[in-house]
Amino acid sequence: MNKLVELLRKNARLTNDELAVMLGKTPAEIEKEIAGLENEGMIIGYSAVINEEEVDRNCVTAFIEIKVSPQAEHGYDEIATMLAQYKEVDSVYLMSGSFDLSVTIRGTNLREVALFVSDKLAPIDGVLSTTTHFILRRFKEKGIEFPLIEDDERKMVGP
Amino acid sequence: MNYEELLSKKTQAIKFSGIRKFFDIAASVKDVISLSVGEPDFKTPFIIRKEAIRTLEKGKTAYTSNSGLEELRAAIAGYLKETIGVGYDPKHQIIVTVGGSEAIDASFRAILDPGDEVLVCEPSFVCYDPLIRLADGIPVPIETRVENRFRLTREQLLEKITPKTKALVLPYPNNPTGAVMRREDLEGIAAILRDKNIFVISDEIYSEMTYGDEKHVSISELEGMYDRTIVINGFSKAFAMTGWRLGFAAGPAPVITQMLKIHQYGIMSAPTVSQYAAVTALRECREDIDYMVGEYDMRRKLIVNGFNEMGLDCFEPEGAFYVFPCIKSTGLSSQDFCLRLIEEKKVAVVPGDAFGECGEGYIRVSYAYSINHILLALKRIKEFISELKG
Repeated sequence: MNKLVELLRKNARLTNDELAVMLGKTPAEIEKEIAGLENEGMIIGYSAVINEEEVDRNCVTAFIEIKVSPQAEHGYDEIATMLAQYKEVDSVYLMSGSFDLSVTIRGTNLREVALFVSDKLAPIDGVLSTTTHFILRRFKEKGIEFPLIEDDERKMVGP
Repeated sequence: MNYEELLSKKTQAIKFSGIRKFFDIAASVKDVISLSVGEPDFKTPFIIRKEAIRTLEKGKTAYTSNSGLEELRAAIAGYLKETIGVGYDPKHQIIVTVGGSEAIDASFRAILDPGDEVLVCEPSFVCYDPLIRLADGIPVPIETRVENRFRLTREQLLEKITPKTKALVLPYPNNPTGAVMRREDLEGIAAILRDKNIFVISDEIYSEMTYGDEKHVSISELEGMYDRTIVINGFSKAFAMTGWRLGFAAGPAPVITQMLKIHQYGIMSAPTVSQYAAVTALRECREDIDYMVGEYDMRRKLIVNGFNEMGLDCFEPEGAFYVFPCIKSTGLSSQDFCLRLIEEKKVAVVPGDAFGECGEGYIRVSYAYSINHILLALKRIKEFISELKG
């Protein structure tokens, strides 16, 4: 397990100085190591973990299970790559199990997501069926539990 | 009722600890962020909790034998053999207690007669002094110093030994300093004690939390020390099981036999569910311990660096999960520093003098907190220091 990757996974905003101290390296070494991880495609980006519904109460996120017919030469790649182009789409995965692609969609309201599925997704050649699941409530996101500030249940007790 | 007249004079003379006094103050201030708690921020590993649930489902709710579940004592013996390389007979040499604290209490009561002196390395955990007094002993502090890395030296020990010395409390890895005793340091101590009738109460509750390549060494494994050492340990710190109240003592059979009487009449047996869960802890949680210690180590480096950067000299701790920075450069006493820090920046740390007079001029800061929490607290302490300097 790469400790640097683990620390960044939990908090990408730690400074090189802080990371260096914790890992017993110099900030320059950390900078180089991160650059290396980025160049090799092991770190492909950084983003904040957003409590979506706090930012926008109407915001809707949906998981869509999609069954598709794979194409002759490209398998699932072509359709998956195309889905990834839409700005509404947050993630696209090829799945094992009873459906083929899983797509996460974020919209500003329910209607927007519904229209995206009916107007853009369903008509795509090769899409056989879609099943849409809306997120009702979030409990944990990218390793962080909700509510964001968990009460420290350790009491200040001492002998 | 004239309580003062009626209540035990001995008990009334015991004071509430400086930690507790300070916690009461901290609890009265709103939105305090704390670096003061002496327990892991990790939850007990899930597998241990599951075993406890299973134990309840099976209806195992009766007392265990007084000295503890046989399979737990066997597991403890195995654990001690593996970690400190010393063999104990689970039948006669190990007792399972309600936390390490009960084991410490029972040790004192098993060995002390009125007037016996007990040497206590300070700064150290707050319970030794009052428990010694309650057992009619006389606590004799030995003030360890930062220039010796807060280790006990031969010279300091020799200076304090008298014909009345009955025991030495050796609390390493140390709360609050984070000091450890290396093998060569312990050899020096053992050389003095080997031919004397002095017990060592080796409180090794933080034994798993050592950083760097050298692992914890117990004085019991040194030549001639096995017969005079009572090893205290428990599940609270290493396995993040503070609320389960489970510790143990291992030592010479005659000592454990006396402790068993005290434990049996006062306690009966340690909590049954906790004991079953502890068997799982010892058998299956090595990876969990190593993970937690790795996390503590990163935070330790971060926090030591943080204090040094803000101009507070910080002894680099090699064990436990506390740092003990020196605040003498601020011109404030430990108490004033902590009170003002809480009032002005809402950060709670514990004044060093709570751990013995020689802790004056220091503060105890726990890093059993998440990295983000530590960074936030450090930022506020840094502001406090620069405002002090004006």
